[in-house]
Amino acid sequence: MKHVVAAADAIAPGGRLVVEAGGKRIVVWNLGGEFFALADRCPHQGGPLSAGQVMGHVCSAAPGEYSYDRRGEIVRCPWHAWEFDIRTGRSVFDPRRVKTRRFPATVECGEVLAAERFAVAVEGRYVVLDI
Amino acid sequence: MRPFAGAVDADLHPRVPGLDALRPHLEPFWADSIAQRGLEGFETQSYPPGAPRSMRADWHPGDLPAMQRWLDETGAAIGVLNPLYGVQLIFNADMNRAFTAALNDWVAAEYLAVEPRLRASIVLPNEPDHAVAEIERLAPDRRFVQAMRLVMGELPHGRRTHWPVYAALEKHGLPLCLHAGSMHRHPPTSLGWVSWYMEDVAAQQQAFQSALASLITEGVFVQFPTLRVVLAESGVSWLPAFLWRLTKTWKGVRFEIPWQAEPPTETVRRHVKLTAQPYDVPDAESARWLAHLGRDDMLLWASDWPHWNYEGGPAIPPGVDPEKFLRGNAAALYRLAERVSA
Repeated sequence: MKHVVAAADAIAPGGRLVVEAGGKRIVVWNLGGEFFALADRCPHQGGPLSAGQVMGHVCSAAPGEYSYDRRGEIVRCPWHAWEFDIRTGRSVFDPRRVKTRRFPATVECGEVLAAERFAVAVEGRYVVLDI
Repeated sequence: MRPFAGAVDADLHPRVPGLDALRPHLEPFWADSIAQRGLEGFETQSYPPGAPRSMRADWHPGDLPAMQRWLDETGAAIGVLNPLYGVQLIFNADMNRAFTAALNDWVAAEYLAVEPRLRASIVLPNEPDHAVAEIERLAPDRRFVQAMRLVMGELPHGRRTHWPVYAALEKHGLPLCLHAGSMHRHPPTSLGWVSWYMEDVAAQQQAFQSALASLITEGVFVQFPTLRVVLAESGVSWLPAFLWRLTKTWKGVRFEIPWQAEPPTETVRRHVKLTAQPYDVPDAESARWLAHLGRDDMLLWASDWPHWNYEGGPAIPPGVDPEKFLRGNAAALYRLAERVSA
Protein backbone atom coordinates (compact mmCIF):
# COMPACT_ATOMS: atom_id res chain seq x y z
CA MET A 1 0.00 0.00 0.00
CA LYS A 2 1.29 3.43 -0.93
CA HIS A 3 1.76 6.12 1.66
CA VAL A 4 2.51 9.75 0.96
CA VAL A 5 4.91 10.73 3.72
CA ALA A 6 6.50 14.05 2.82
CA ALA A 7 6.86 16.77 0.29
CA ALA A 8 9.95 15.99 -1.75
CA ASP A 9 11.52 19.34 -0.96
CA ALA A 10 11.09 18.73 2.77
CA ILE A 11 14.16 16.45 2.71
CA ALA A 12 17.24 18.22 1.37
CA PRO A 13 19.95 16.24 -0.43
CA GLY A 14 22.00 14.53 2.27
CA GLY A 15 19.11 14.97 4.68
CA ARG A 16 16.86 12.52 6.43
CA LEU A 17 13.34 12.55 7.83
CA VAL A 18 11.65 10.21 10.28
CA VAL A 19 8.05 9.39 9.36
CA GLU A 20 5.33 7.09 10.61
CA ALA A 21 3.63 5.02 7.93
CA GLY A 22 1.75 1.76 8.04
CA GLY A 23 2.31 1.68 11.79
CA LYS A 24 6.06 1.71 11.31
CA ARG A 25 8.79 4.19 12.18
CA ILE A 26 10.71 4.78 9.00
CA VAL A 27 13.66 7.01 8.11
CA VAL A 28 13.67 8.51 4.64
CA TRP A 29 16.99 9.64 3.15
CA ASN A 30 17.69 11.89 0.19
CA LEU A 31 20.88 10.83 -1.58
CA GLY A 32 21.46 13.39 -4.29
CA GLY A 33 17.79 13.55 -5.25
CA GLU A 34 17.12 9.82 -4.88
CA PHE A 35 15.02 8.77 -1.92
CA PHE A 36 15.54 5.67 0.20
CA ALA A 37 13.52 4.44 3.14
CA LEU A 38 14.70 2.10 5.90
CA ALA A 39 13.05 0.82 9.03
CA ASP A 40 14.36 3.16 11.70
CA ARG A 41 15.47 0.25 13.78
CA CYS A 42 18.84 -1.40 13.87
CA PRO A 43 18.50 -5.20 13.60
CA HIS A 44 21.01 -5.56 16.42
CA GLN A 45 19.34 -4.00 19.46
CA GLY A 46 16.82 -1.65 17.89
CA GLY A 47 18.79 1.58 17.86
CA PRO A 48 17.36 4.47 15.80
CA LEU A 49 19.37 4.59 12.59
CA SER A 50 17.95 8.07 11.92
CA ALA A 51 20.15 9.37 14.75
CA GLY A 52 23.34 7.85 13.37
CA GLN A 53 26.27 9.51 11.67
CA VAL A 54 26.74 9.02 7.95
CA MET A 55 30.00 8.33 6.17
CA GLY A 56 31.23 6.73 2.98
CA HIS A 57 32.01 3.10 2.27
CA VAL A 58 35.56 2.03 2.98
CA CYS A 59 37.12 -1.23 1.92
CA SER A 60 40.69 -2.31 1.39
CA ALA A 61 42.79 -4.59 -0.77
CA ALA A 62 45.72 -4.62 1.66
CA PRO A 63 46.67 -3.27 5.08
CA GLY A 64 47.30 0.46 4.86
CA GLU A 65 45.17 0.91 1.75
CA TYR A 66 41.81 2.67 2.10
CA SER A 67 39.40 2.62 -0.80
CA TYR A 68 36.77 5.18 0.10
CA ASP A 69 33.75 6.08 -1.98
CA ARG A 70 29.97 6.62 -1.81
CA ARG A 71 30.34 9.41 0.73
CA GLY A 72 27.17 10.00 2.73
CA GLU A 73 25.62 6.64 1.78
CA ILE A 74 26.53 4.61 4.88
CA VAL A 75 24.79 5.24 8.19
CA ARG A 76 26.23 4.02 11.47
CA CYS A 77 23.81 3.08 14.22
CA PRO A 78 24.18 5.50 17.13
CA TRP A 79 24.19 2.67 19.66
CA HIS A 80 26.95 0.29 18.54
CA ALA A 81 28.15 1.91 15.32
CA TRP A 82 27.19 -0.90 12.95
CA GLU A 83 27.30 0.38 9.38
CA PHE A 84 24.33 0.08 7.02
CA ASP A 85 24.05 0.85 3.34
CA ILE A 86 21.33 3.48 3.02
CA ARG A 87 20.50 2.27 -0.50
CA THR A 88 19.87 -1.34 0.51
CA GLY A 89 19.55 -1.54 4.28
CA ARG A 90 22.27 -4.17 4.33
CA SER A 91 25.03 -4.08 6.91
CA VAL A 92 28.58 -3.62 5.72
CA PHE A 93 30.11 -6.33 7.91
CA ASP A 94 27.64 -9.08 6.96
CA PRO A 95 25.37 -7.80 4.16
CA ARG A 96 23.78 -11.17 3.48
CA ARG A 97 22.53 -11.93 6.98
CA VAL A 98 22.44 -8.62 8.87
CA LYS A 99 20.16 -5.98 7.36
CA THR A 100 17.41 -3.59 8.25
CA ARG A 101 14.17 -3.53 6.29
CA ARG A 102 14.07 -1.38 3.21
CA PHE A 103 10.89 0.06 1.69
CA PRO A 104 10.47 1.19 -1.91
CA ALA A 105 10.45 5.00 -2.05
CA THR A 106 9.46 7.02 -5.08
CA VAL A 107 8.74 10.62 -5.92
CA GLU A 108 5.36 11.20 -7.51
CA CYS A 109 3.38 14.20 -8.61
CA GLY A 110 0.51 15.43 -6.51
CA GLU A 111 -1.96 15.21 -9.35
CA VAL A 112 -1.85 11.39 -9.37
CA LEU A 113 -1.96 10.96 -5.60
CA ALA A 114 -4.96 10.37 -3.44
CA ALA A 115 -3.70 10.87 0.06
CA GLU A 116 -5.87 10.22 3.04
CA ARG A 117 -4.06 12.07 5.80
CA PHE A 118 -1.65 14.27 3.90
CA ALA A 119 -2.72 17.36 2.06
CA VAL A 120 -1.25 17.29 -1.41
CA ALA A 121 -1.21 19.97 -4.03
CA VAL A 122 -1.57 18.87 -7.62
CA GLU A 123 1.51 20.81 -8.61
CA GLY A 124 3.65 19.37 -5.76
CA ARG A 125 6.05 16.44 -5.74
CA TYR A 126 5.89 13.94 -2.90
CA VAL A 127 7.85 11.08 -1.40
CA VAL A 128 5.74 7.96 -1.55
CA LEU A 129 6.53 4.77 0.34
CA ASP A 130 5.17 1.36 -0.58
CA ILE A 131 4.64 -0.51 2.66
CA MET B 1 53.46 -46.21 30.89
CA ARG B 2 53.77 -44.41 27.57
CA PRO B 3 50.50 -42.47 27.51
CA PHE B 4 51.42 -40.40 24.47
CA ALA B 5 53.18 -42.88 22.24
CA GLY B 6 53.94 -41.25 18.91
CA ALA B 7 52.77 -37.82 20.05
CA VAL B 8 54.32 -34.44 19.27
CA ASP B 9 55.17 -32.51 22.41
CA ALA B 10 54.92 -28.92 21.21
CA ASP B 11 56.58 -27.16 24.14
CA LEU B 12 59.72 -28.37 25.91
CA HIS B 13 62.28 -26.16 27.57
CA PRO B 14 66.00 -26.82 27.43
CA ARG B 15 67.85 -25.23 30.31
CA VAL B 16 71.01 -23.30 29.55
CA PRO B 17 73.26 -24.29 32.48
CA GLY B 18 75.12 -20.98 32.42
CA LEU B 19 76.63 -18.38 30.19
CA ASP B 20 79.76 -20.46 29.74
CA ALA B 21 77.70 -22.95 27.75
CA LEU B 22 77.24 -20.35 25.01
CA ARG B 23 80.91 -19.32 24.92
CA PRO B 24 81.98 -21.91 22.30
CA HIS B 25 79.23 -20.67 20.00
CA LEU B 26 80.09 -16.97 20.24
CA GLU B 27 82.30 -14.98 17.95
CA PRO B 28 85.62 -14.22 19.78
CA PHE B 29 84.74 -10.60 20.53
CA TRP B 30 81.49 -11.59 22.22
CA ALA B 31 83.04 -14.62 23.92
CA ASP B 32 85.63 -12.32 25.53
CA SER B 33 82.95 -9.80 26.39
CA ILE B 34 81.53 -12.21 28.96
CA ALA B 35 84.59 -11.63 31.13
CA GLN B 36 85.23 -8.06 30.02
CA ARG B 37 81.72 -6.93 30.87
CA GLY B 38 81.28 -9.20 33.83
CA LEU B 39 78.19 -10.84 32.35
CA GLU B 40 76.63 -13.33 34.72
CA GLY B 41 73.75 -14.79 32.75
CA PHE B 42 70.38 -14.05 31.25
CA GLU B 43 67.90 -15.74 33.50
CA THR B 44 64.80 -13.55 33.62
CA GLN B 45 62.11 -12.68 36.08
CA SER B 46 59.60 -14.36 33.78
CA TYR B 47 61.12 -17.70 34.75
CA PRO B 48 63.17 -17.29 37.95
CA PRO B 49 65.36 -20.37 38.29
CA GLY B 50 64.06 -21.06 41.78
CA ALA B 51 60.37 -20.80 40.96
CA PRO B 52 58.39 -24.05 40.73
CA ARG B 53 56.81 -22.80 37.54
CA SER B 54 60.26 -22.63 35.96
CA MET B 55 61.17 -26.16 36.96
CA ARG B 56 59.37 -28.76 38.96
CA ALA B 57 61.65 -29.80 41.79
CA ASP B 58 61.29 -33.47 40.92
CA TRP B 59 62.56 -32.80 37.37
CA HIS B 60 65.76 -31.12 38.47
CA PRO B 61 68.29 -30.51 36.95
CA GLY B 62 66.26 -30.23 33.73
CA ASP B 63 69.17 -31.17 31.50
CA LEU B 64 69.13 -33.27 28.32
CA PRO B 65 69.28 -36.67 30.05
CA ALA B 66 66.32 -35.63 32.19
CA MET B 67 64.46 -34.49 29.06
CA GLN B 68 65.26 -37.76 27.32
CA ARG B 69 63.87 -39.69 30.27
CA TRP B 70 60.76 -37.55 29.97
CA LEU B 71 60.38 -38.36 26.28
CA ASP B 72 60.80 -42.05 27.10
CA GLU B 73 58.19 -41.80 29.81
CA THR B 74 55.55 -40.05 27.72
CA GLY B 75 56.38 -41.91 24.56
CA ALA B 76 56.46 -38.69 22.53
CA ALA B 77 57.97 -39.20 19.09
CA ILE B 78 58.84 -35.56 18.59
CA GLY B 79 59.50 -32.71 21.02
CA VAL B 80 59.74 -29.03 20.09
CA LEU B 81 62.21 -26.96 22.11
CA ASN B 82 61.43 -23.41 23.13
CA PRO B 83 64.57 -22.04 24.81
CA LEU B 84 63.68 -19.41 27.41
CA TYR B 85 67.12 -18.08 28.19
CA GLY B 86 66.55 -14.32 28.33
CA VAL B 87 68.71 -13.15 25.46
CA GLN B 88 65.80 -10.99 24.32
CA LEU B 89 66.40 -8.71 27.29
CA ILE B 90 69.75 -7.48 25.98
CA PHE B 91 69.39 -3.86 24.87
CA ASN B 92 72.49 -3.69 22.69
CA ALA B 93 71.16 -4.94 19.34
CA ASP B 94 74.49 -6.40 18.20
CA MET B 95 75.03 -8.16 21.49
CA ASN B 96 71.46 -9.45 21.39
CA ARG B 97 72.06 -10.82 17.89
CA ALA B 98 75.32 -12.51 18.92
CA PHE B 99 74.00 -14.21 22.05
CA THR B 100 70.75 -15.21 20.35
CA ALA B 101 72.63 -16.87 17.50
CA ALA B 102 74.87 -18.57 20.07
CA LEU B 103 71.80 -19.84 21.91
CA ASN B 104 70.39 -21.29 18.71
CA ASP B 105 73.71 -22.93 17.90
CA TRP B 106 73.97 -24.30 21.44
CA VAL B 107 70.51 -25.85 21.06
CA ALA B 108 71.54 -27.40 17.75
CA ALA B 109 74.81 -28.78 19.12
CA GLU B 110 73.76 -29.90 22.58
CA TYR B 111 70.18 -31.05 21.95
CA LEU B 112 69.27 -31.47 18.28
CA ALA B 113 72.53 -33.17 17.34
CA VAL B 114 72.28 -35.55 20.29
CA GLU B 115 68.60 -36.44 20.46
CA PRO B 116 66.92 -37.15 17.12
CA ARG B 117 63.43 -36.85 18.59
CA LEU B 118 63.95 -33.13 19.14
CA ARG B 119 63.10 -30.13 17.00
CA ALA B 120 63.48 -26.49 17.99
CA SER B 121 62.29 -22.95 17.59
CA ILE B 122 64.66 -20.42 16.11
CA VAL B 123 64.95 -17.84 18.87
CA LEU B 124 64.63 -14.54 17.06
CA PRO B 125 66.96 -11.58 17.63
CA ASN B 126 65.10 -8.39 18.42
CA GLU B 127 65.98 -6.20 15.43
CA PRO B 128 63.92 -7.12 12.36
CA ASP B 129 66.93 -7.29 10.03
CA HIS B 130 68.80 -9.49 12.49
CA ALA B 131 65.73 -11.69 12.86
CA VAL B 132 65.43 -12.08 9.10
CA ALA B 133 69.13 -12.98 8.86
CA GLU B 134 68.76 -15.59 11.61
CA ILE B 135 65.77 -17.13 9.84
CA GLU B 136 67.71 -17.26 6.59
CA ARG B 137 70.69 -18.82 8.39
CA LEU B 138 68.76 -21.54 10.20
CA ALA B 139 65.68 -22.28 8.09
CA PRO B 140 67.62 -24.67 5.82
CA ASP B 141 68.22 -26.82 8.92
CA ARG B 142 64.90 -28.65 8.92
CA ARG B 143 65.21 -29.44 12.62
CA PHE B 144 64.18 -25.83 13.25
CA VAL B 145 60.44 -25.95 12.77
CA GLN B 146 59.32 -22.44 13.80
CA ALA B 147 60.63 -19.13 15.15
CA MET B 148 59.97 -17.87 18.64
CA ARG B 149 59.48 -14.54 20.32
CA LEU B 150 58.38 -13.66 23.82
CA VAL B 151 54.79 -12.49 23.90
CA MET B 152 55.72 -9.31 25.78
CA GLY B 153 58.03 -7.54 23.37
CA GLU B 154 59.06 -4.00 22.59
CA LEU B 155 56.28 -3.15 20.14
CA PRO B 156 52.97 -4.92 19.56
CA HIS B 157 53.56 -7.93 17.34
CA GLY B 158 51.36 -6.76 14.50
CA ARG B 159 53.22 -3.50 13.86
CA ARG B 160 54.69 -3.13 10.40
CA THR B 161 58.20 -2.93 11.82
CA HIS B 162 57.98 -6.71 12.22
CA TRP B 163 56.68 -7.46 8.76
CA PRO B 164 60.02 -8.32 7.12
CA VAL B 165 60.30 -11.05 9.77
CA TYR B 166 56.87 -12.39 8.88
CA ALA B 167 57.72 -12.28 5.19
CA ALA B 168 60.80 -14.40 5.88
CA LEU B 169 58.79 -16.86 7.97
CA GLU B 170 56.11 -17.16 5.32
CA LYS B 171 58.75 -17.65 2.63
CA HIS B 172 60.17 -20.63 4.55
CA GLY B 173 56.81 -21.96 5.72
CA LEU B 174 57.76 -21.49 9.36
CA PRO B 175 55.17 -20.60 12.02
CA LEU B 176 55.76 -17.80 14.49
CA CYS B 177 55.62 -18.97 18.08
CA LEU B 178 54.78 -16.43 20.76
CA HIS B 179 55.77 -17.84 24.12
CA ALA B 180 54.88 -16.55 27.57
CA GLY B 181 57.55 -14.24 28.90
CA SER B 182 58.68 -10.66 28.66
CA MET B 183 61.54 -8.64 27.24
CA HIS B 184 60.83 -6.31 30.16
CA ARG B 185 60.77 -3.25 27.95
CA HIS B 186 57.46 -2.49 29.63
CA PRO B 187 55.83 -3.54 32.88
CA PRO B 188 54.19 -6.95 32.55
CA THR B 189 50.81 -5.33 33.07
CA SER B 190 49.35 -2.19 31.52
CA LEU B 191 48.73 -0.95 35.05
CA GLY B 192 52.41 -0.79 35.83
CA TRP B 193 54.92 -2.92 37.67
CA VAL B 194 53.42 -5.54 39.91
CA SER B 195 54.71 -6.74 43.25
CA TRP B 196 54.42 -10.49 43.15
CA TYR B 197 55.29 -13.41 40.98
CA MET B 198 51.70 -14.64 40.77
CA GLU B 199 50.64 -11.34 39.25
CA ASP B 200 53.26 -11.74 36.55
CA VAL B 201 52.05 -15.26 35.79
CA ALA B 202 48.41 -14.20 35.58
CA ALA B 203 49.30 -11.20 33.38
CA GLN B 204 50.63 -13.39 30.57
CA GLN B 205 47.12 -14.09 29.36
CA GLN B 206 46.45 -10.39 28.89
CA ALA B 207 49.59 -10.10 26.82
CA PHE B 208 48.51 -12.96 24.57
CA GLN B 209 45.17 -11.25 24.04
CA SER B 210 46.82 -7.98 23.12
CA ALA B 211 49.28 -9.74 20.83
CA LEU B 212 46.48 -11.50 19.02
CA ALA B 213 44.50 -8.28 18.67
CA SER B 214 47.55 -6.53 17.25
CA LEU B 215 48.29 -9.25 14.69
CA ILE B 216 44.69 -9.18 13.49
CA THR B 217 43.99 -5.47 13.46
CA GLU B 218 47.27 -4.53 11.82
CA GLY B 219 46.44 -6.93 9.01
CA VAL B 220 49.31 -9.40 9.42
CA PHE B 221 47.15 -12.32 8.32
CA VAL B 222 45.87 -10.38 5.32
CA GLN B 223 49.38 -9.47 4.27
CA PHE B 224 50.80 -12.94 5.03
CA PRO B 225 47.93 -15.32 4.30
CA THR B 226 49.89 -18.52 4.93
CA LEU B 227 51.56 -17.39 8.17
CA ARG B 228 50.60 -19.45 11.22
CA VAL B 229 51.04 -18.33 14.81
CA VAL B 230 51.45 -20.62 17.80
CA LEU B 231 50.58 -19.29 21.23
CA ALA B 232 52.69 -21.26 23.67
CA GLU B 233 51.99 -21.52 27.36
CA SER B 234 49.22 -19.00 26.87
CA GLY B 235 46.46 -20.89 28.60
CA VAL B 236 43.45 -21.44 26.39
CA SER B 237 40.22 -20.82 28.29
CA TRP B 238 40.27 -17.06 27.64
CA LEU B 239 40.17 -17.35 23.87
CA PRO B 240 36.43 -17.62 23.04
CA ALA B 241 35.44 -14.77 25.38
CA PHE B 242 38.21 -12.58 24.01
CA LEU B 243 37.29 -13.33 20.40
CA TRP B 244 33.66 -12.60 21.14
CA ARG B 245 34.59 -9.15 22.42
CA LEU B 246 37.01 -8.48 19.58
CA THR B 247 34.52 -9.55 16.94
CA LYS B 248 31.67 -7.67 18.55
CA THR B 249 33.72 -4.50 18.54
CA TRP B 250 34.87 -5.12 14.98
CA LYS B 251 31.25 -5.00 13.79
CA GLY B 252 31.05 -1.39 14.90
CA VAL B 253 34.51 -0.07 14.08
CA ARG B 254 35.69 -2.30 11.28
CA PHE B 255 35.92 0.85 9.14
CA GLU B 256 39.17 1.62 10.95
CA ILE B 257 40.69 -1.61 9.61
CA PRO B 258 38.86 -2.19 6.33
CA TRP B 259 41.41 -4.85 5.30
CA GLN B 260 39.85 -7.05 7.99
CA ALA B 261 36.88 -8.10 5.91
CA GLU B 262 35.91 -11.15 7.94
CA PRO B 263 35.11 -11.51 11.64
CA PRO B 264 38.36 -11.76 13.65
CA THR B 265 37.18 -15.07 15.05
CA GLU B 266 37.35 -16.60 11.59
CA THR B 267 40.87 -15.30 11.06
CA VAL B 268 42.04 -16.75 14.35
CA ARG B 269 40.51 -20.12 13.57
CA ARG B 270 42.53 -20.31 10.38
CA HIS B 271 45.84 -18.90 11.53
CA VAL B 272 46.32 -19.57 15.23
CA LYS B 273 47.29 -22.67 17.23
CA LEU B 274 47.68 -22.99 20.97
CA THR B 275 49.78 -25.35 23.00
CA ALA B 276 47.47 -27.13 25.40
CA GLN B 277 49.59 -26.73 28.48
CA PRO B 278 48.32 -25.19 30.60
CA TYR B 279 44.89 -26.39 29.47
CA ASP B 280 42.79 -24.41 31.90
CA VAL B 281 39.31 -25.46 30.78
CA PRO B 282 37.47 -27.60 33.34
CA ASP B 283 36.73 -31.08 32.04
CA ALA B 284 32.99 -30.57 32.51
CA GLU B 285 33.12 -27.47 30.26
CA SER B 286 35.57 -28.79 27.73
CA ALA B 287 33.11 -29.90 25.06
CA ARG B 288 31.28 -26.56 25.16
CA TRP B 289 34.54 -24.67 25.05
CA LEU B 290 35.66 -26.64 22.02
CA ALA B 291 32.35 -25.88 20.34
CA HIS B 292 33.03 -22.17 20.84
CA LEU B 293 36.43 -22.67 19.29
CA GLY B 294 34.69 -24.24 16.32
CA ARG B 295 37.64 -26.25 15.03
CA ASP B 296 39.53 -29.32 16.10
CA ASP B 297 42.87 -28.40 14.57
CA MET B 298 43.88 -25.52 16.86
CA LEU B 299 45.24 -27.33 19.91
CA LEU B 300 48.70 -28.83 20.10
CA TRP B 301 49.49 -31.20 22.92
CA ALA B 302 52.41 -30.04 25.03
CA SER B 303 53.86 -31.05 28.34
CA ASP B 304 55.63 -27.74 28.95
CA TRP B 305 58.37 -29.79 30.58
CA PRO B 306 59.99 -28.96 33.00
CA HIS B 307 57.53 -26.23 33.99
CA TRP B 308 55.00 -27.10 36.65
CA ASN B 309 51.95 -27.03 34.39
CA TYR B 310 52.02 -30.73 33.65
CA GLU B 311 51.10 -33.23 36.31
CA GLY B 312 51.31 -36.44 34.34
CA GLY B 313 48.60 -38.83 33.32
CA PRO B 314 46.53 -38.82 30.17
CA ALA B 315 45.66 -35.15 29.88
CA ILE B 316 43.54 -35.39 26.77
CA PRO B 317 40.68 -32.92 27.18
CA PRO B 318 37.20 -34.38 26.81
CA GLY B 319 35.83 -33.69 23.36
CA VAL B 320 39.05 -33.44 21.36
CA ASP B 321 40.07 -35.82 18.60
CA PRO B 322 42.98 -37.58 20.36
CA GLU B 323 44.93 -38.28 17.20
CA LYS B 324 44.78 -34.71 15.97
CA PHE B 325 45.40 -33.30 19.42
CA LEU B 326 48.41 -35.46 20.17
CA ARG B 327 50.02 -35.67 16.77
CA GLY B 328 48.10 -34.67 13.68
CA ASN B 329 47.73 -30.95 14.28
CA ALA B 330 51.40 -30.45 15.06
CA ALA B 331 52.52 -32.78 12.28
CA ALA B 332 50.56 -30.74 9.76
CA LEU B 333 51.61 -27.39 11.18
CA TYR B 334 55.29 -28.24 11.28
CA ARG B 335 55.12 -30.39 8.13
CA LEU B 336 56.92 -33.07 10.08
CA ALA B 337 56.51 -35.89 7.57
CA GLU B 338 57.80 -33.69 4.79
CA ARG B 339 60.73 -32.57 6.90
CA VAL B 340 61.74 -36.09 7.90
CA SER B 341 61.73 -37.28 4.32
CA ALA B 342 63.45 -34.17 2.98
